[in-house]
Amino acid sequence: MQNNTPASTSGQSKPPSPGSRFSTYIYQRPSLFLLLLLGLPLLWMGVVYLGSLITLLVNSFYYLDDFSGLVVRQFTLATYLNLFTPANLDIVRRTAGMAFAVTIATAIVAFPLAYYTTRYASPRLKGFLYLAVLLPLWSSYLVRVYSWKLILAKEGIFSWLIAQLGLDGALNFMLRLPGIGGSSLSLSPIGIFLVFVYVWLPYMILPIMAALERVPKSVLEASGDLGAHPRQTFRHVTLPLAMPGVIAGSIFTFSLTLGDFIVPASLGNSSFFIGQAVLSHQGTSGNIPLAAAFTMIPIVIMIIYLLVARKLGAFDAL
Amino acid sequence: MGVSPLPAVRFDLISRYFGEVKAVDQLDLEILDGEFFTMLGPSGSGKTTCLRMIAGFDRPTSGRIWLYGKDVTDLPPYDREVNTVFQDYALFPHMTVGENIAYGLMIRKVPKAERLERLAEMLDLVRLPGMAERKPNQLSGGQRQRVALARALINHPRLLLLDEPLGALDLKLRQQMQLELKSIQQRVGITFIYVTHDQEEALTMSDRLAVFNHGKIEQLGTPAEIYEHPISPFVAGFVGTSNLVSGELATKLIGSAEMFSIRPEKIHIMPPGTEVKEGECAVDASVRDMVYLGLYTRYLMELEGGGDLVVVQQNLNTTSMDALSVRGHPVRLIWQRIHNRRVSGSS
Amino acid sequence: MPSKSTAQHNDRASLWLKLAAAGALLFLHIPVWIILLYAFTTDEATYSFPPPGLTTKWFGVAWARQDFWQAFSLSLRVALIATLLALILGTLAAAAVYRGRFFGRESISFLLILPLALPGIVTGIALRSALGLTNIPFSFWTIVIGHATFCVVVVYNNVLARFRRFGHSQIEASMDLGANGFQTFRHIVLPHLATALLAGGMLAFALSFDEVIVTTFTSGQQATLPIWIFSQLTRPRDRPVTNVVAVFVVLITFIPILLAHRMTQQSSAGTES
Repeated sequence: MQNNTPASTSGQSKPPSPGSRFSTYIYQRPSLFLLLLLGLPLLWMGVVYLGSLITLLVNSFYYLDDFSGLVVRQFTLATYLNLFTPANLDIVRRTAGMAFAVTIATAIVAFPLAYYTTRYASPRLKGFLYLAVLLPLWSSYLVRVYSWKLILAKEGIFSWLIAQLGLDGALNFMLRLPGIGGSSLSLSPIGIFLVFVYVWLPYMILPIMAALERVPKSVLEASGDLGAHPRQTFRHVTLPLAMPGVIAGSIFTFSLTLGDFIVPASLGNSSFFIGQAVLSHQGTSGNIPLAAAFTMIPIVIMIIYLLVARKLGAFDAL
Repeated sequence: MGVSPLPAVRFDLISRYFGEVKAVDQLDLEILDGEFFTMLGPSGSGKTTCLRMIAGFDRPTSGRIWLYGKDVTDLPPYDREVNTVFQDYALFPHMTVGENIAYGLMIRKVPKAERLERLAEMLDLVRLPGMAERKPNQLSGGQRQRVALARALINHPRLLLLDEPLGALDLKLRQQMQLELKSIQQRVGITFIYVTHDQEEALTMSDRLAVFNHGKIEQLGTPAEIYEHPISPFVAGFVGTSNLVSGELATKLIGSAEMFSIRPEKIHIMPPGTEVKEGECAVDASVRDMVYLGLYTRYLMELEGGGDLVVVQQNLNTTSMDALSVRGHPVRLIWQRIHNRRVSGSS
Repeated sequence: MPSKSTAQHNDRASLWLKLAAAGALLFLHIPVWIILLYAFTTDEATYSFPPPGLTTKWFGVAWARQDFWQAFSLSLRVALIATLLALILGTLAAAAVYRGRFFGRESISFLLILPLALPGIVTGIALRSALGLTNIPFSFWTIVIGHATFCVVVVYNNVLARFRRFGHSQIEASMDLGANGFQTFRHIVLPHLATALLAGGMLAFALSFDEVIVTTFTSGQQATLPIWIFSQLTRPRDRPVTNVVAVFVVLITFIPILLAHRMTQQSSAGTES
């Protein structure tokens, strides 16, 4: 054992490789190392992303000169004032109204599934159901929207089903209603509503599941022990405890609906939603300032919504 | 390989501050080539920080470190002729035992034939023959510990650092490993620097040891020196159990109020009224409490006039029943004056 | 006083609850299956149900379509490059957050997730207005940059989670045994990160391949596959081809995510010591 002298393995006789020297240089300067690591991502996010957000804000204070068709880079509130024309206000009202309706509907549809999964499903079934909710999120968003064009088409499966059930009259009646009806299901606000609920449903189910999971079974048992009927337990214990999940999910459904243009464009008529307004203004007319101003609306609405949600305690559970 | 005249490690006014906290405070230290040196102390005393500075994982805030006469303060760990055995073993989970052990050789591009030869040698040394193809997660704690040791030793470092390596093992295994480590060190002949908070371990294995407290070394010496002649109350209390006597009781027993320590095993339990000879101390007491520990029994004696002393007595003729029945009995405690150790200094 | 037995009695879900839950589940899944059905219909002009007949000819037609291949190739190239960028940036950021102690460390996660958290239209129009302000023309790279920006965070999350399960002493041990920073990275860190990089990379790929909202704002005249599908939505003659392409896109985005999911499940149940 003592035959091998340390010198044979000391390796100190070889000069360190340039890689080694560089490595040592960095090792002795931890701040430099940090800078090298963080510099690139931060530069990217700072310049590309934050920079873009700032130009968005700045652009909303410019205006488009109708005459020349060019963006004039001067501070003005004219573009924001433009938002208050009746046509534009209609757009905002329409979008906000849809977002609200979609949120309520998704919450109602999501709750039973979330409740069943967390409360009654066996661990194996629960895992399966959890995956089953995630799966649609993994499929292409656009394809999922597209699928409803097929389903809601005049000659498609939905109409066929309605006809089989003899509900033609009811469907036509709905389609004739002003504001929510249209020429066919696939080109009407009702259709848009259905598709929105469909695509955002997992975003509502998952937070509700998470909130319900956090309710210990013992709490529900205690409620029963104190004399409450199951319905009372649900109303006084389960529902309030699940509320933060509902609110968290609503943040998603609200914000996603406010900004979306794909669904209204695919299934709508000529009445615009905010997303479509943004897209059209920045497109052919090049009216980026107005597009930017329009974009501010969902941002402001969401900030207010988030503040209210925080007040209501949605973030306490997170 | 002869013992080098240069110290293996020299600390020259080493300090390590973490903001306001002085983990190591202006330490001077010399560790000799070929010795088994232990750094002993409670958590946060600075011993692990010192070890890490020797290895190169931590840089001193001020001061210089010399290894075998070479200033290594600015060198990264891979440029130092030091290897470490980590507290959590730090085995690479994605490599086999053999790949783990031979890692240092692989990095230094040692040819494969020599690698395999030295690997076999190491597996024999740590008594893990034939385990080369296993993965770390298939090994027990004791086996992993030995792989960590082999991985360090295969590079023939002049200095081996061990950071509380036996902490995760159960008592029997720990005692066995202590003997093995000591024997390996003597066979291989390199310097071992060992960090632990277990004073029994330190006393068992070390040639010399340093007792750390609040970033400073309170006492440095051989196990016998430290145990028999603790310099301060802290050392007296930390290394082995000890009775610290001061004030009125001290005056009564030795004539002055200076603090001194007396080891529990040095005190004899005699029947009341036994003659006190020249050169002996004595005090009357009654048994307040006792703990039967198989090999010996530990008694807490309440002294007449106040105070108490811990006395330890081997169970030569005492059974557990005997031991447990003496509560309240009056006794006379007698011991040799020369065993009183004056304890000075702060703690 | 209501008897306790009726209160505890109820550990079976009511029929209504089960129906409602099942209904929601079917609602979630049936639509995509419908597309699969329609990929085989013989009907060329409408979405009639039941389909008049079944055929596989549309697969051949789609295969021959030049515009489809162009869009597909663009989507593929964008996704690959964006994923590569996201892997580099995400790993660097994760390494920095894991090791360093610096001002604003907690905000990095928040900053990185913003592009995904804010509605796509915000990111889209923001990038568009930046392009407008700086007069940069639309190109392959404008699409890539948009995609990379929101893909970084998926890689970052995966890699950071893996870093956190990493015993830091392994890096010290490697250096102690003679390996410098680069060697340690190559032999110890990289193998440990490998599956996290793969999983993050696949998620980023799927995210990029499927993206349509931000892409619409940054692509100008170019068409990625989702943009192609979107433009087909109102063309009666191309419906069957679009159905086939839709099925194709579902598979291409679904499979990487499934694999990534499997990988992260395996390693969290896995054999780290």
